[in-house]
Amino acid sequence: MTEGGPARRDAGCDPAAPAATPTTAPLLDIRHLSASYREGGRTLPVLDDVALTVGGGEFVALIGPSGSGKSTLLDLVAGLADPDRGEIRFGGGPTTAPGRLGRAAYMRQRDLLLPWRTALDNAAVGLEAGGTARRAARAAARARFSEFGLAGFEGAYPGQLSGGMRQRVAFLRTALLRRPLLLLDEPFGALDALTRAAMQEWLLDRLDAEGDRRPAVLLVTHDVEEAVLLADRVVALTPAPGRVARVEPIALPRPRRRETVTDPAFVRHKGALLAALGPLPGSRS
Amino acid sequence: MRAARWEWLPPLGLVALALGVWEGWVRAAGTPRWLLPPPSAIGRALLSDRALLWHHGGVTLREVLLGFALALVAGTLLAATIDASRTVERAVYPLVIASQTVPIPALAPLLLIWFGYGLLPKVLVVALIGFFPICVNTVDGLRAADRETLALLRGFGAGRWTRFRLVKLPGALPFVFSGARVAVAVCVIGAVFAELVGARAGLGHLLTRSAAQLLTARVFAAIVVLAAMGIGLFGLVALAERWLLPWRRYTTGTGGR
Repeated sequence: MTEGGPARRDAGCDPAAPAATPTTAPLLDIRHLSASYREGGRTLPVLDDVALTVGGGEFVALIGPSGSGKSTLLDLVAGLADPDRGEIRFGGGPTTAPGRLGRAAYMRQRDLLLPWRTALDNAAVGLEAGGTARRAARAAARARFSEFGLAGFEGAYPGQLSGGMRQRVAFLRTALLRRPLLLLDEPFGALDALTRAAMQEWLLDRLDAEGDRRPAVLLVTHDVEEAVLLADRVVALTPAPGRVARVEPIALPRPRRRETVTDPAFVRHKGALLAALGPLPGSRS
Repeated sequence: MRAARWEWLPPLGLVALALGVWEGWVRAAGTPRWLLPPPSAIGRALLSDRALLWHHGGVTLREVLLGFALALVAGTLLAATIDASRTVERAVYPLVIASQTVPIPALAPLLLIWFGYGLLPKVLVVALIGFFPICVNTVDGLRAADRETLALLRGFGAGRWTRFRLVKLPGALPFVFSGARVAVAVCVIGAVFAELVGARAGLGHLLTRSAAQLLTARVFAAIVVLAAMGIGLFGLVALAERWLLPWRRYTTGTGGR
């Protein structure tokens, strides 16, 4: 009796749908979404009338200052919470929070690896959580270990791995779920600048390697450059309560590389987004 | 437990020194054997009474092992129930804490009245004493589960039981072992006390009988066997922990105490 059981089977009906071109309904369609955060006796609004769509295979980045509700939005899409108002449609149909559980693959800033599981068992835990037998989950994880640059580290515990490797294990755990939508909440936020740059390119390569099965991505980040470098479209939110300040389609050709950041078009997109975000408060954390 | 071998030398040396002083002082002062036997006499008693010590030690060890097993099963099961249900937590957990104000050994005479001189009342005293550290530590361990990790697993589609099995239970094991290490040492004390109150066999019984006969060297020999039993059981729990939780060598302070 797992709560997530039925939701997963539903997800199997429409999922990895032909990624290339968004057909009639977008994969994810968020309308008039408002949410608040309860702390003590007070209710703080964090999202106000947000609309957002993500097509199949599309990469959308969500940027905004702290407190603009970016992470709350991912929690809502993942089915971990209910909005105050508005709806979240998957493949055209409206959904409830329990119905969304397990539909998208969620990855957070902290790698959240289980310290008592080896890298291989950690990569398999997402499948196990969804009801796959341990043996099958491990076999699926083992098959993609070298593709993720982890060959030889199957038996290592998280405490023995570097930050970048731990994050790759977390990515593998997410990728094995084969969901049509990845929710990434600052996946590189905790890494040093060089590892971070390497991981951004690595992520783009991984997505390209998926071909027709390329999942859509909804990425939350503080970093405007990261958003422009990775995304097909960047959505900027205002400070709390978050509203959509600007939707910026990124017209840079793919594949994108580190050098792309010097492209004049890149600089224009970055400027437009920084202007939309307005004067940022001193801290970016 | 990772101590290098030579780290055992200073305490061993200290014990050897103390035994030497004891031996010399008793011989020089001509202290009567029934008052304070020298270590050499205790060593001889350990040898000559080995059949007796083996028999009574076996009885005590069985009480300790059965009581400890009962405490382990009951303690972890109750902890899991407390963690799973707010209602049970509110109703039962304060009682578990309050039960510690009852001196468990004081219950031994009652258990003697109800269950007689046999094995059962001893096992119950041992279990009652061992139960508390195991239960409280396990509750702490289950509560320490990382909320973000639990939310992540829920997002993967894991139900309550799957989240418990994959995250909470393995995360609580270091805490269970902390409780078990404390429990196993006090369990030996509990067994001896229950035997002192009334028994037909066991090291506690042998102690009182030998003391009444002024066989003081035999009393000391029984104490040595009891201490060895406590240390040995503690070591076994620590070994089991190292063997079952190999990952703990690579973490610093997360997931347990």
